[in-house]
Amino acid sequence: MAKIDLEQMDTMYFDVLKEIGNIGAGNATTALAQLLNTKVDMKVPKVELLEFSEVGEAMGGEEQIMAGIYQVVDGDIHGSIMFLLEEKSARTLISMLMGTPEHDSESFTEMEISALKEIGNIITGSYLSSLSTLTNLKIFPSIPDISIDMAGAIMSVPAIEFGELGDRILLIETAFSDDLKLNGFFILVPDLDSYDKILSSLGM
Amino acid sequence: MSEMIKVGMADLKLCKAPDGITTLGLGSCVGIAIRDPRTKVGGLAHIMLPDSKSIQGGHNIAKFADTGVRELVDIIAKNGGNRMRLESKIAGGAKMFAFSSKSDLMSVGDRNVEAVKKVLKELKIPILAEDTGDSYGRTVEYYPETGDYIIKTVGKGQKKI
Repeated sequence: MAKIDLEQMDTMYFDVLKEIGNIGAGNATTALAQLLNTKVDMKVPKVELLEFSEVGEAMGGEEQIMAGIYQVVDGDIHGSIMFLLEEKSARTLISMLMGTPEHDSESFTEMEISALKEIGNIITGSYLSSLSTLTNLKIFPSIPDISIDMAGAIMSVPAIEFGELGDRILLIETAFSDDLKLNGFFILVPDLDSYDKILSSLGM
Repeated sequence: MSEMIKVGMADLKLCKAPDGITTLGLGSCVGIAIRDPRTKVGGLAHIMLPDSKSIQGGHNIAKFADTGVRELVDIIAKNGGNRMRLESKIAGGAKMFAFSSKSDLMSVGDRNVEAVKKVLKELKIPILAEDTGDSYGRTVEYYPETGDYIIKTVGKGQKKI
């Protein structure tokens, strides 16, 4: 049986996750600012435990088109991490990174997709490295894979992974602002043993 | 006036003609539409996982193929549908990313589709049409009046099965 019950996560645990989210997003912000050579600011992340039926709403509707960058996580903990970005934000990021004008065509070129993957890789990498530093656990992300589709469809992947643990999903929303305004979401899905490891390594 | 009933993730609902029923952004999940073509009573289930017995967490029966489909059929039967006449259409079960955190041979989308087909077979409900697999999301709309199952995608067009 599971020692950690997602349904009974207390406020303290939430605060820990929020803090990890905060530091992780902070690192990600620095990385983004360096990459884009611009000023990037970040709002305090919002950590929410949502019912599956509420997930779409939280992301601006199930049919909202988003880019989801997904990586499998290995090492001392096992699971997956996903970074989601609205389509508009994705286009803004690409144009800043590649120095090309924003365009509204239906699809993304191979080069643009590759750039997005790299951005996702850097952002999730910063997040994971702060988690790793805080917990002293080895965390290795796989190469990233990307899907640009409806939010609901992309979210089904981490939702299913959460679905094996309980009836709700943990979502960390991060907004970057200043010269660059964008909304992103992190979803970290450690398996049950990994939840335990994370918490006990933090002395909880 | 007919209405459009919305079904969320890991959810199921009843729908009677002339109303329609929809679920948005199916990924690896499967949307199972069932109706009695004579009484026009039907419904839609949006399942996430194949098997309730292999999972510890969660008590939501709409989340699993085995329990969700049976529950939907029970609800339809209680509301004027005849179990012997029921027919179904299914969509979803995509593989959204090239790899997954589990080293299973089959993707969860494929396993979901297989589990849905298994339970429909056990209940002797024919599958009239399906649009499953591949790597893109689907929004579906079902009309118990006609049995039309409309599938909408991003950049891959719309179709009726």
